[in-house]
Amino acid sequence: MSATTYVEAVRQGLWEEMTRDEDVFVLGEDVGVYGGAFKVTAGFLDQFGEERVLDTPLCESAIVGAAIGAALMGMRPVAEMQFADFISCAFDQITNFAAKCRYRWGAGVPLVIRGPSGGGIHGGPFHSQNPEMYFVHTPGLKVVAPSTAYDAKGLIKSAVRDEDPVLFFEHKYLYRRVKEELPSEEFLVPIGKADVKRTGGDISVVTYGAMVHNALEAAEVLAGDGVELEVVDLRTLVPLDKATVLESVKKTGKVILLHEDTRTGGFAGELAAVIAEEVFEYLDGPVMRITAPDTPIPYSPPLEEFFLPKTSDVIRVARHLAAY
Amino acid sequence: MNLSQDQLRSMYRTMVSIRNFEETVKQAFAKGHIPGFVHLYVGEEAIATGVCSALRASDTITSTHRGHGHCIAKGCDMNSMMAEIYGKATGLCKGKGGSMHIADVGKGMLGANGIVGGGPPLACGAGLTSVVTGSGDVCACFFGDGACEQGTFHESANLAAIWNLPVIFVAENNGYAQSTPASYHCAIENIAERAASYGIPGAVVDGSDVFAVHEAAVEAVKRARAGQGPSLLECKTYRHHGHFEGDQQTYKDDLYKSVSQGKDSIRDFRALVTQHGWFTSEELDAIDGEARQAVEEALAYAESSPLPGVEEVTSDVYVSYP
Ligand SMILES: Cc1ncc(C[n+]2csc(CCOP(=O)(O)OP(=O)(O)O)c2C)c(N)n1
Ligand SMILES: [Mg+2]
Repeated sequence: MSATTYVEAVRQGLWEEMTRDEDVFVLGEDVGVYGGAFKVTAGFLDQFGEERVLDTPLCESAIVGAAIGAALMGMRPVAEMQFADFISCAFDQITNFAAKCRYRWGAGVPLVIRGPSGGGIHGGPFHSQNPEMYFVHTPGLKVVAPSTAYDAKGLIKSAVRDEDPVLFFEHKYLYRRVKEELPSEEFLVPIGKADVKRTGGDISVVTYGAMVHNALEAAEVLAGDGVELEVVDLRTLVPLDKATVLESVKKTGKVILLHEDTRTGGFAGELAAVIAEEVFEYLDGPVMRITAPDTPIPYSPPLEEFFLPKTSDVIRVARHLAAY
Repeated sequence: MNLSQDQLRSMYRTMVSIRNFEETVKQAFAKGHIPGFVHLYVGEEAIATGVCSALRASDTITSTHRGHGHCIAKGCDMNSMMAEIYGKATGLCKGKGGSMHIADVGKGMLGANGIVGGGPPLACGAGLTSVVTGSGDVCACFFGDGACEQGTFHESANLAAIWNLPVIFVAENNGYAQSTPASYHCAIENIAERAASYGIPGAVVDGSDVFAVHEAAVEAVKRARAGQGPSLLECKTYRHHGHFEGDQQTYKDDLYKSVSQGKDSIRDFRALVTQHGWFTSEELDAIDGEARQAVEEALAYAESSPLPGVEEVTSDVYVSYP
């Protein structure tokens, strides 16, 4: 069996869900004939037909709004944002409607809004963003951000089956760069469950998305120095798997919070608060954040390289903490 | 036609500069010299040229992700444009934006835009400022057929209409929004027909005929300057290359491809002006040579410019920050 890429894993997960449940359909810009800008829906039109694979005009707001309306009627729409950056064009539909239908009306809207986020490909300020925190801050939305092919497939399937709106942020840098052999039998990865990607007793690194791989690389290097990192991949930001995070911090007493998103108002701040409130007495050092700086994401390669958190940052901060 | 020799020369120079610039970018991209996405304007040169030649320097434009042609036609410096595309410190945005973000507010170029449909609301603000200050300036707002389906277009066209703003909405209908045909994404054949629903004039012109575009733009600009409000000008055009460089274009149908290949605004311009005896082929060739040289210089400038220093990452987020 050959290894499956992250992007192919998303594709397979969606394919399986569309095969399983006729109410599932996909809509978005260039998702049909073209198979999606990143080819996540390649072959879907031929397999499932134009009633379930809907090319839309350029209209993010109407794409999401139509998904909400269909979900209210019992359908299970999966809306693609061609780049996660364009989700801002649908902000009102997501935060006022998708997020609040259940609370206001007792009417759930089981839908998925998915798309490629993140930097590392020189996409510049509007094709590289990590918009998760706008939605983490909005009660009523679930927010998922897988780091591996296995998780991407298992989580997209769970997202489709979830009764609430799920924002599913794929990381485009990982699309074709990470791959692994996937089980041939069906599997799901539950939403709201973190995964310890590497165990270690000295320092916890709590992270998600592409940064999981930087944390793992750093862990490999530091193991040579006798410093053992424990890498906790959140996989889901909302609902947060507090238990797994706190368990790890209790064990190591030291924690690095790592994300590619910018610093102020980033998820690390929320995690730091949770850790301070709940396991303060276990801490043996300051809670450290590694994040992008508070700037837009620049285009030019040396600037983007500087902007993105790096493996070397994790190593540096971990050494500092280890010596603490 | 009411165009002087100088105007004609300048229009021709603009068109061939755009063509040369874009073909040069294409080659540089193929060689792997450009780090990010580029969307080329080849085939659509007559639109930016025809519209911008109807503007004065203090007028403004808003642009799109396919913005190099608009920039050149509005007089942006090609050296700094190319440097921006290369991500260099000498770029118009210091390398922070790249192709889809080129702006030069001083030249009245209010920015290329990586968000499709981002331009029209800005154009309303430029138009409003003109009204408030009494400057008499107009704003030409370029956008694609795909952008016409964004709510921002509708919101802006209506706003410009009720406030009687000096805005010229220029729809560049090249038949596709990425892979999606306009015949699919738009329920009517002519985007210009939407003008009726805003109570503003709408016109369809051949976007490969620089004279037709220019004439229609002059008319719209005249109205706008006279306080008679916005217009919608739809230019039917063809995108000769892919949506972005690297696009396989498997979705383009044969009719589109063959019609598109037959369209060449530069060739048509040459034929017309030489037939009328306004210019000789030699004179035009000389302009070609100058344009080619200017683009070569731009390329050399971009290639030899330094990359930005990392201190630029945190500069310009605010005017100052404690
Ligand atoms: C809000 C938003 N949605 C989607 C995209 C992705 N995208 C970039 S260009 C494009 C097609 C634009 O078509 P059109 O407006 O006709 O301009 P053209 O490319 O034909 O010049 C799409 C879908 C984007 N950049 N911004
Ligand atoms: Mg188009």
